[in-house]
Amino acid sequence: MSAEAVVEINGRKVPIEGERNVLEVIRKANIDLPTFCYHSQLSAYGACRLCLVDIEGRGIVSSCSLSPEPGAKIRTHTPELREMRRMTLELLLANHEMNCPTCPKSADCQLQELARRLGVNTVRFKRTHAPKPVDTSSPFLLRDPGKCVLCGDCVRMCKEVQGIGAIDFAFRGAAVSVVPAFGKNLDQVECVGCGQCASVCPTAALTVKSDVAKVYAALADKNAEVVAQIAPAVRVALGEAYGLPAGTVATGQIVAALKALGFARVYDTAYSADLTVLEETHEFLGRKTKNEKLPHLTSCCPAWVRFVEQYYPKWIKHLSSCKSPQQMLGSVIKAEGAPDGKHLVVVSVMPCTAKKGEAGLDKFRSGDCQDVDVVLTTQELVRMIDEGGLRFDQLEPDSLDSPFGLKTGAGLLFGASGGVSEAVLRQAAEELGAARDGLAAFQSVRGDQGVREVAISVGGNPLKLAVVSGLANAKALLARVESGAVEYDLIEVMACPGGCVNGAGNPVRKNKDTIAARAKGLYHADKMLDLHRSSENHEVKTYYERVLGDVGGKKAHALLHTTYQSRARIDGAALKLVEGSQPAALAVTVCVGTSCHVRGAQTLLRKLITQVETAGIADTVDIQASFCHEACDQGPTVVVGGTTLHRTTADQAFAAVLAALQTKAAPDDRVLHG
Amino acid sequence: MTTGTVITQESLTKEGLAYQSAAGGAERRLIICAGTGCVAGGALEVYSEFVRAISAAGIDVVTELRPEAPPLPGFVHVSRSGCQGFCQMGPLATVLPDGILYTRVKKGDVAEIVESTLKHGKAVERLLYVDKSAKRSCRGIAEIPFYQAQHRFVLKECGVIDPDSLPEYLAKEGYQAACRAYTRMTPQSICAEIDKAGLRGRGGGGFPTGRKWEAARAQPAGTKYVICNGDEGDPGAFMDRSVMEGNPHSVIEGMMIAARGVGASEGFVYVRAEYPLAVRRVRKAVEDAKRAGLLGQNLFGTNFSLDITVMEGAGAFVCGEETALIASIEGKRGMPAPKPPFPAQSGLWGKPTVINNVETLASVPRILNMGAESFRTLGSRTSPGTKTFALTGHVVNTGLIEVAFGATLRDIVFGVGGGVTTDDGSAMSEMKAVQIGGPSGGCLVPDHLDLSLDFDSLRGIGAMVGSGGLVVMNRDTCMVSMARFFMQFTQNESCGKCVLCREGTKQMLALLDDIIEGRATLGTLDLLEKLARTVQKGSLCGLGKTAPNPVLSMTRLFREEYLAHVVEKRCPAGRCKALLRPHVIPAKCKGCGVCIKACPTSAIRGEKRQVHVIDETLCTKCGACAKACRLGAIEGVA
Repeated sequence: MSAEAVVEINGRKVPIEGERNVLEVIRKANIDLPTFCYHSQLSAYGACRLCLVDIEGRGIVSSCSLSPEPGAKIRTHTPELREMRRMTLELLLANHEMNCPTCPKSADCQLQELARRLGVNTVRFKRTHAPKPVDTSSPFLLRDPGKCVLCGDCVRMCKEVQGIGAIDFAFRGAAVSVVPAFGKNLDQVECVGCGQCASVCPTAALTVKSDVAKVYAALADKNAEVVAQIAPAVRVALGEAYGLPAGTVATGQIVAALKALGFARVYDTAYSADLTVLEETHEFLGRKTKNEKLPHLTSCCPAWVRFVEQYYPKWIKHLSSCKSPQQMLGSVIKAEGAPDGKHLVVVSVMPCTAKKGEAGLDKFRSGDCQDVDVVLTTQELVRMIDEGGLRFDQLEPDSLDSPFGLKTGAGLLFGASGGVSEAVLRQAAEELGAARDGLAAFQSVRGDQGVREVAISVGGNPLKLAVVSGLANAKALLARVESGAVEYDLIEVMACPGGCVNGAGNPVRKNKDTIAARAKGLYHADKMLDLHRSSENHEVKTYYERVLGDVGGKKAHALLHTTYQSRARIDGAALKLVEGSQPAALAVTVCVGTSCHVRGAQTLLRKLITQVETAGIADTVDIQASFCHEACDQGPTVVVGGTTLHRTTADQAFAAVLAALQTKAAPDDRVLHG
Repeated sequence: MTTGTVITQESLTKEGLAYQSAAGGAERRLIICAGTGCVAGGALEVYSEFVRAISAAGIDVVTELRPEAPPLPGFVHVSRSGCQGFCQMGPLATVLPDGILYTRVKKGDVAEIVESTLKHGKAVERLLYVDKSAKRSCRGIAEIPFYQAQHRFVLKECGVIDPDSLPEYLAKEGYQAACRAYTRMTPQSICAEIDKAGLRGRGGGGFPTGRKWEAARAQPAGTKYVICNGDEGDPGAFMDRSVMEGNPHSVIEGMMIAARGVGASEGFVYVRAEYPLAVRRVRKAVEDAKRAGLLGQNLFGTNFSLDITVMEGAGAFVCGEETALIASIEGKRGMPAPKPPFPAQSGLWGKPTVINNVETLASVPRILNMGAESFRTLGSRTSPGTKTFALTGHVVNTGLIEVAFGATLRDIVFGVGGGVTTDDGSAMSEMKAVQIGGPSGGCLVPDHLDLSLDFDSLRGIGAMVGSGGLVVMNRDTCMVSMARFFMQFTQNESCGKCVLCREGTKQMLALLDDIIEGRATLGTLDLLEKLARTVQKGSLCGLGKTAPNPVLSMTRLFREEYLAHVVEKRCPAGRCKALLRPHVIPAKCKGCGVCIKACPTSAIRGEKRQVHVIDETLCTKCGACAKACRLGAIEGVA
């Protein structure tokens, strides 16, 4: 360190050691200058004006956006700055909903915390807060614009880290707000549900949608057998809510808490992660042998899967067909059935918001019944433990139930970025006859960079892997793959930076080391277990023998694998052309998207309308033109009632209309091919 | 000019001379002002009518003078120009060489002008400007005080030349400076020359242009950009619009010189979308310059190139802030970013970018042509040159004006402006204040009448040149309401990014409302001033930092007026309706009952020949009674 590379903070000399801005130097000096809009992983934004400092010769500037200059004399708490900060906070509070006691973020809210820290006990300004409607449309998140302080953290997180931009600023002056495009609801835009926006939101403008009530209802239902599964990343984070250091493995207490709350059995999602490893390794090695569908893309992260479905439909076939561990275990538990006279309710406890949406997908449902009925995030389980009055730290640890409570260390690794790859490599080594080479070599996939490339030889087979977290990183990597600049055999992607340990459902991270500490907790737990390869899980082995048959076999496929669909378009508003006057008119939707259009959808539509009118049944049908149904290769697409007709003609569609009117029964979701 | 041949100083001169020679064949030239103000007044119809009527009178009319095909001598050259400044008197028509300026010309006046002036050389008296104070009619601009007191430098050719004619621009030394810059000057010497001239940014900040260029020049070679900021958003300001409409080539030439100075090969003109005429004229000028080989590859036979794209603004005031403007060009929401890094270091798409205001760039070619030394003889020591202002408010002459820095407020308000008027302009009044620098500027008061105005003297008294709005206010103006007016504007136009500007302006507005509506205490005034200072010091960008200026300057200069509102609940100017106390002056009231009949809410009672009384609980302060009362016995109503 050269003699000059020092700044003076409140009279104390502090060295500059590569910090990007003055704020980081100040924080390094253990002065926690407050901010709303500064996050080290996001671009400096400079909007909250709380990190203002007084620099000799420069005056009052925001420290987050200023690079440290040697010799700068910085003051952080002059009377003027203190007054400015308090006033800034008062301004925010004057425009805040202020229903703190009933707010989901109460006690976790940075605005509340800062008001306390800065001693703001009155607001001198007029209340300007106007209530705004809450957006409850998303299965993942609750968006309450009335609580937004417009720091833009969510906007930058979504755009910069996840490469999506589902929300942005709109309007100006007093009307400025953060909204999804065109003021739509969150479920109508390209949100993939990663929830990272909520994890950086300082207030309750974006929070994880709570499904606690559904769980209580199930627990109160005498006819329900309520079964829990807990994800690897939950056990190393939940304890933080009770003062335990990040990374503390609290599986025993969590099981005890769930039992105390009334869960009949508690299983481990790491068990089904072992299933995933076996199935996915088999699938991957098969692709590798045939040299097809490479790079193989992992599919455990539902936000990533959604991202591929939305933006990279042509990469869909590269996705592993394996369900995520959550869905695998849901299927397995449901397939086992419930004790006599009861119905099973599967509740998964996840570090993840996107899992809520995943569990609700039609493809993970048989009849009315979802494979996983309710997804709770770690945060929600904490609320239940709190409400139940359970003293978490005092709970006597309990053990997971058999048979789906047993896991290997490989299954646990899934909670950290690189974990899937490491577990698959361990298994691949065994299948390629290189098991005795040991496990240490595969640790090269670990790390905290958003993109890690690993070239490794497994049993003499060179493999090239990329381990990615953060969807913007994935986007950049796929662009390089598409351009031919790089080639991989396997790409593991987790939407949340650092993997599931940093999931938005986990407790809000307290500092930048939290995520690494949680991952370390998982690596440690792996070490402490006797079993490190998924194939060593004898409960898994038994289950294959008893139920599934061969790895990658027909039965395994039926229960553990899934399919994907292109979601390259978002819903467009349908255009009503014929409006039936009868209350329960039959809905007929004709796709007029580009692909259906070139296949004659317009002519079809005109003819169908004429037919309907000529037949004198216009009163009983609603005919509307809609946009893409994501079945472009099978167009023209017409939906009559709930039935989708592909490659159809006007006559076929008309016949279907007549049939539907005749039966008048609620049609099921059949797909007919013309 | 034919493409493919190298453009040189000589070829430019030749082109210019050819135009002059062709123009010399004109018997007369008629210039119709086609600035936005005159166009709104019907100037385009006047223009067409002139073309038709002159032709019908058997005189050859030339509307587009093409030097390569000069018309036979003896024709009348009819052209449209950019803003001539005297918008209030428009549509304007100038006849040369007679030097006659016709004002408020209507289509119906054309025949008479053709007959009298074009055929017989006689002025049409009734269309001449009348100097009311001297009680005489003025034949041309040389006699009109509005023009006499100005120094038109940037606007010299504005209102004279045809903005759509590249040849005419060439005839006025056009692109000579650019040619020199590309062929005979180094980037260093260009930046040094501008620095030596002491040119300061006309967009408001007054930052030395030469230093800005030098900072961008000194960045490592590579992609760099020049941007012309034509997003003029101050209410009532139209200086940049007039330059873009009246002399677009001067802006392009300025950009070329800037590009050469910093090493840029791509430029953007960001024009306010609400200026359709400016957008059209600048676009045409860019196209003409491209076609002539003045833009594009291998400029003036060198290896340098420059492409200019004209972009329409996104419709927000804040997009005039340079970092927000850059974000807007990039296709993002126009929100300012923290500085540093300054655009000269990292601007458009992260590349070094020079961003200058229209007027600044339009000054550049003239500076290179006349030399830095000679430019410095204009204006004041620290602020050389001239400044255009949009003069408006309670003043006899309003319009686009230009004075040398160092001129006094008196020169402007009483010289150019012709003095202060009442609200409706029907009579003279006293000056109370002048708001300078638009909604983020400050106030000048009669004490400042003899202050010589430049960047530094204004900053010294808490005001600023700003982009150049000048609003004159008479003695009947309420300074609390004025502060509120400007605050409403900045609040509406805040981008909403930083807390202090977004919430602070909103609360300042609410506090001003409290004062205007009689709810204020001394604490209100104190909180208003504290908040104003916090917003000024702590906001992210120039919009927020300057938004409190009107409040701070007015509460200081008009303290007593503010205190009257706060303590006595009285508006000395009688403008704040909530503070009005309607009452009858007993000494004047004869009890005639006229007011009782006029009152729509039956709020006035009284016996015949007894002093009448207004019931405040019923009175809506509509003013009907005061209007009806011939004795002036009612006060405290609108």
